[in-house]
Amino acid sequence: MSAPTPVLEVEDLRVRLRTPRGPADVVNGLSYSVGPGETVAVVGESGSGKSVSVLALLGLLPRGVATVTGRALLQGEDLLTMPPERLRQVRGPGAGMVFQDPMTSLNPVLTIGRQLVEGLRAHSDMDKAAARRRAAELLGEVGLPDPDGALDRYPHELSGGMRQRVIIAIALSNSPALLIADEATTALDVTVQAQIIDLVEKLQADHGTGVIWITHDLGVVAGIADRVLVMYGGRCVEDGTVDDVLEHPAHPYTRGLLGALPDLAQPAVDGVVPDLATVPGTPPAPTDLPPGCVFWPRCPVRGDARCETEQPPLVQIGPSSGALPHRAATWCTETSALGTESSGEAR
Amino acid sequence: MGVSVIVFALVQLVPGDPIRLALGTRFDQETYDALLERSGLDQPLVQQYFNWAGRALTGDLGVSFRSGETVTSLIAERLPATLTLAFASIVVALAIAIPLGTVSALRPRSLVDRFATVISQFGISVPDFWMAIVLILVFAGTLGWLPSGGYVPLSEDPLGWLQRLILPALVTGTVSGSVITRFVRSSVLEALGSDHVRTAQAKGLRTRQVFGWHVLRNALLPLVTVTGVQLAYLLSGVVVVEIVFSWPGLGQLALQAVQARDYPVLQGAILLFAVVFLVINLVVDVLYTAIDPRIRR
Ligand SMILES: Nc1ncnc2c1ncn2[C@@H]1O[C@H](COP(=O)(O)OP(=O)(O)OP(=O)(O)O)[C@@H](O)[C@H]1O
Ligand SMILES: [Mg+2]
Repeated sequence: MSAPTPVLEVEDLRVRLRTPRGPADVVNGLSYSVGPGETVAVVGESGSGKSVSVLALLGLLPRGVATVTGRALLQGEDLLTMPPERLRQVRGPGAGMVFQDPMTSLNPVLTIGRQLVEGLRAHSDMDKAAARRRAAELLGEVGLPDPDGALDRYPHELSGGMRQRVIIAIALSNSPALLIADEATTALDVTVQAQIIDLVEKLQADHGTGVIWITHDLGVVAGIADRVLVMYGGRCVEDGTVDDVLEHPAHPYTRGLLGALPDLAQPAVDGVVPDLATVPGTPPAPTDLPPGCVFWPRCPVRGDARCETEQPPLVQIGPSSGALPHRAATWCTETSALGTESSGEAR
Repeated sequence: MGVSVIVFALVQLVPGDPIRLALGTRFDQETYDALLERSGLDQPLVQQYFNWAGRALTGDLGVSFRSGETVTSLIAERLPATLTLAFASIVVALAIAIPLGTVSALRPRSLVDRFATVISQFGISVPDFWMAIVLILVFAGTLGWLPSGGYVPLSEDPLGWLQRLILPALVTGTVSGSVITRFVRSSVLEALGSDHVRTAQAKGLRTRQVFGWHVLRNALLPLVTVTGVQLAYLLSGVVVVEIVFSWPGLGQLALQAVQARDYPVLQGAILLFAVVFLVINLVVDVLYTAIDPRIRR
């Protein structure tokens, strides 16, 4: 099927942060789109710019520190240039966000109920009682035991997993057109995780919600994503359908990530979900990116003379199994395919 | 208990002989001995302590060597002036610190922020007596708008009370306000950068709501402590300002007691300051429990 108007269309997103060690180019020209009902998984090592790239979309990076350029069309409207009041209206019903750190993302001095109710009431003329009922309902949906009782509790009275569910409930409370989930289920056990995923899928079916799911968990990627975007050094180094990327990874970095992966044909045995492999070495500092391929300093392949000096563009690398192109930003798709032990081939 | 021992010991460390000072130049051994005996200063220190502490427990802090009045009545006489000045100063301090600290946190490195930094640096480093004298010269001297000092009770002359309160409260309030401004600035900055404020923004709350309920509410929690500390300081340590403005407060009383080696008054005053400190700490704790759910059980 040819994609209808995307929920989110990101073009050449760049984020530069001011740091004590000079300007850090944390996101460097990211382009992707999320269709209605579609789930895009974003994977990549710690520090690759996943969180920053989504926070930038909603203008949630610290003011005065971050410079964001590019375009980010949410249902046709550019998030990066919209007036503040419009952005406020969009936050919530337009895009809901589940934050990475459940321990610090809730206000410690307000009750859970209040924190949900204020989000609901900011976008509707619901009265307090109705908003409270809806809040309890949402807490029930995310699998919080005793949702009514939880309304009057404070964050410190809940466990990490429970707080994470509260944050998910807040993000879902206005049935957003776009849901951004940053490591949303890391603190949750497998059953609760499955429950959350069901809930999100229901939201996608009912509202055509597009989902950006940032995760380290390849089981989740394989289970829910339609599309995978691999980030490295603030760039998209590879993207495509889940099948293409997981089965035929083209970029040496992606192959490194998938390297230690048990066969994806039998995923999640007994609830044991595979995690991303560790690639030897450390990612480049965003204050000091290499001039050529971002992965060059750690790359075991280095199969092309241009690797060190010239930045490879993100281009289609071959026939794709689905409707989406399979793209990678590497000079060495062919050469590297020979020297890999990973589960697939690049062509 | 521990406090009372320390208070007692500290006062004993003040050099000089109180009886000699009380007698002045007209001095003969007989009167000296009589006074010494009457004041109990001839007894061993430990004995003196227990005598004093025992009476203090019943509210009897002894009698001033100098004036012969009871210490309790001396203190009671001075208390209203001190309380008035301390609370007025705290009001001034908070009225300066909360807006200034908040605005400079909202616009770091802006003109307002720089201005606030300079002002609070000024307030912290400029001696209070100097500020007091300048204010007196300008407002009482040149402009002639306000009296240069003194104190009248509120019940007698409300306008006069207010007129005389303004300048000293401005001086001590500016000093405390400078300290608190920096504090407010850093805690608002911290709150602004916190994850939960980001969550609040992501919900699409109005700026006012994000600010009032999520930034200020959390930033002002620790303010209770600093305000308490400043209040305790104002209730005990504004000697210089009291003197410059002829403000009949406890600081002045304590100073006079030191000069006269008037042990009972000095001990009484210091004990009072210590008690004030404890009470303020207690109030701060109680307030904290009321406003911070994490401390409640
Ligand atoms: N407020 C900030 N100021 C300065 N640098 C920052 C800030 N936030 C993030 N960074 C830097 O930006 C880079 C990308 O961070 P980001 O949080 O997006 O990584 P991530 O891919 O989400 O990692 P993780 O998997 O650990 O969540 C890192 O190098 C980080 O140090
Ligand atoms: Mg992150």
